[in-house]
Amino acid sequence: MLDLLKSPVQTFQEFTRLAGLAVRGIARKPYYWDDIFIQMDLIGIGSLPVVILTGFFSGAVMALQMSRALQTYGATSQVGKIVAITLVREMGPVLTALMVAGRNASGMASELGSMKVTEQIDAMRALGTDPVLKLVKPRLIATAFVLPLLTILADFLGLVGGYIVACQMLHLTQGPQYWESAWRAIEYNDIAQGLLKPFCFAIVLSLVGCYYGMQTTGGTQGVGRSTTQAVVVASVWVVVLTFIIGRIFTSM
Amino acid sequence: MSATDSSPVVMAFESVSFGFGEGPLLQDISFELRRGETLVIQGAAASGKTLLLKLSLGLLRPTGGRIRLFGREVQELDERDWYDVRSRIGVLFQEGGLFDSLTIEENVAYPLLNQRLLRVPLEQVRDRVERSLDFVELGHTLARFPSELSGGMRRRVGIARAIVTQPELMIYDSPTAGLDPITANTIMALIAKGRDVRGATTVMVTHRHQDGDILDRYRFDAASGRLAPAARESTRTRYLVLQEGRIAFLGSPDEFDNCPDAYVAKFASR
Ligand SMILES: Nc1ncnc2c1ncn2[C@@H]1O[C@H](COP(=O)(O)OP(=O)(O)OP(=O)(O)O)[C@@H](O)[C@H]1O
Ligand SMILES: [Mg+2]
Repeated sequence: MLDLLKSPVQTFQEFTRLAGLAVRGIARKPYYWDDIFIQMDLIGIGSLPVVILTGFFSGAVMALQMSRALQTYGATSQVGKIVAITLVREMGPVLTALMVAGRNASGMASELGSMKVTEQIDAMRALGTDPVLKLVKPRLIATAFVLPLLTILADFLGLVGGYIVACQMLHLTQGPQYWESAWRAIEYNDIAQGLLKPFCFAIVLSLVGCYYGMQTTGGTQGVGRSTTQAVVVASVWVVVLTFIIGRIFTSM
Repeated sequence: MSATDSSPVVMAFESVSFGFGEGPLLQDISFELRRGETLVIQGAAASGKTLLLKLSLGLLRPTGGRIRLFGREVQELDERDWYDVRSRIGVLFQEGGLFDSLTIEENVAYPLLNQRLLRVPLEQVRDRVERSLDFVELGHTLARFPSELSGGMRRRVGIARAIVTQPELMIYDSPTAGLDPITANTIMALIAKGRDVRGATTVMVTHRHQDGDILDRYRFDAASGRLAPAARESTRTRYLVLQEGRIAFLGSPDEFDNCPDAYVAKFASR
């Protein structure tokens, strides 16, 4: 039993160590701006298609599923409100983060993993650069900056998707009414929650991806293993964190 | 030889041990290396050769014992101070360790631009990179990527990157592994040249006894531009053989050739 616990405990310890080093590194020079911009491009621009599609269709699906329930209560005018709240608080941040976990946490793990097994990370240290500052920090900064923006985009496109289904396809309500109720529904609290979440997810995603990459052993096989682990662990953390943050906000 | 040798000690291990947790992988490693000496490390696969080199670069921390580099105790050093020590060491990794997202030129320039202590003026970088690549006869590959080169060429780029900062201590991990004999000899000639032109202290891990032979029997002759046979004493070469994480042999080339131990004899050229 103790043996069983040892490895997760040890993993968590090492992960927190890396997280500590990376966060402390944020305040420390040097800043590798090139790497930061490359990562922003990779994560931000690279994820656009998938974020656009998931955002749009999650809003559309929500409007579709809600239509029956709302009709039974004769509350079809509320569809904008429901889509907006669910998207901004929950679906937008979580789905976007899951997509980015699949694309980028895995990408980071496999990239750093292959660097690890070909001794490029050792070489980096031997040649005068700290891999935490050179590899982890740019990924952390780029993700923390880009993921909230992607989430806003997904939220907006989800509302558009909801609008098309609710107003154009099912004629549940009028366009202006849809947007009006959506706009009114969103409170300051929701926006705070909807932006804090992607920010936290970003930190966890990038650190998990980098951590599993940097601790890769066992050649190319090991790279595959770390990549899978990174995606699984990052995704689980996203779902757990959204609950924790949601709980904090609801109790406020 | 070492009794009369008064050159300063460059690298010293004192009963160093190392492990990742489950049992020791290196035990009771002690040796001294003086300036200008050559140490050839041999041993079966997984005997701990690469680990030993990584300990001497501070990439791993010893679990016991003491390591001195350039007269400085390093086993307690924190990572930042290690960068200063490492800037005096050139290293060729077993797996190459070339950055595959960077061109050959950027790879070779990397230590010049990133070693904190060096601070090479930007306008000199290009020149030094070119000279270093010319040294390994790859001056024409500047703009290419490592993946576009053959294994032997990559190894040579690795050497160019290791020597570009003109370090006092050179570390080579299996420089000839997986290469044909001709290319392997070219690489060995480069290593001997690097040693004899600059008088760099050299540590080399190898699987081929010929590699050791080249370092202990030949010197680079600047006049003719090639290796010339030399008295064994003059190359100041010593051998270290590892067996399952312990030193099985440490001594001069002659002692090495005549060592009665069966394991050690397998590595000697007989
Ligand atoms: N990161 C690591 N984690 C766990 N064990 C490791 C790690 N790196 C090396 N080892 C183990 O340490 C031992 C020595 O490895 P090392 O790489 O030093 O061998 P080597 O002598 O260089 O072998 P080769 O000639 O094949 O390069 C091996 O048993 C290896 O499995
Ligand atoms: Mg090795």
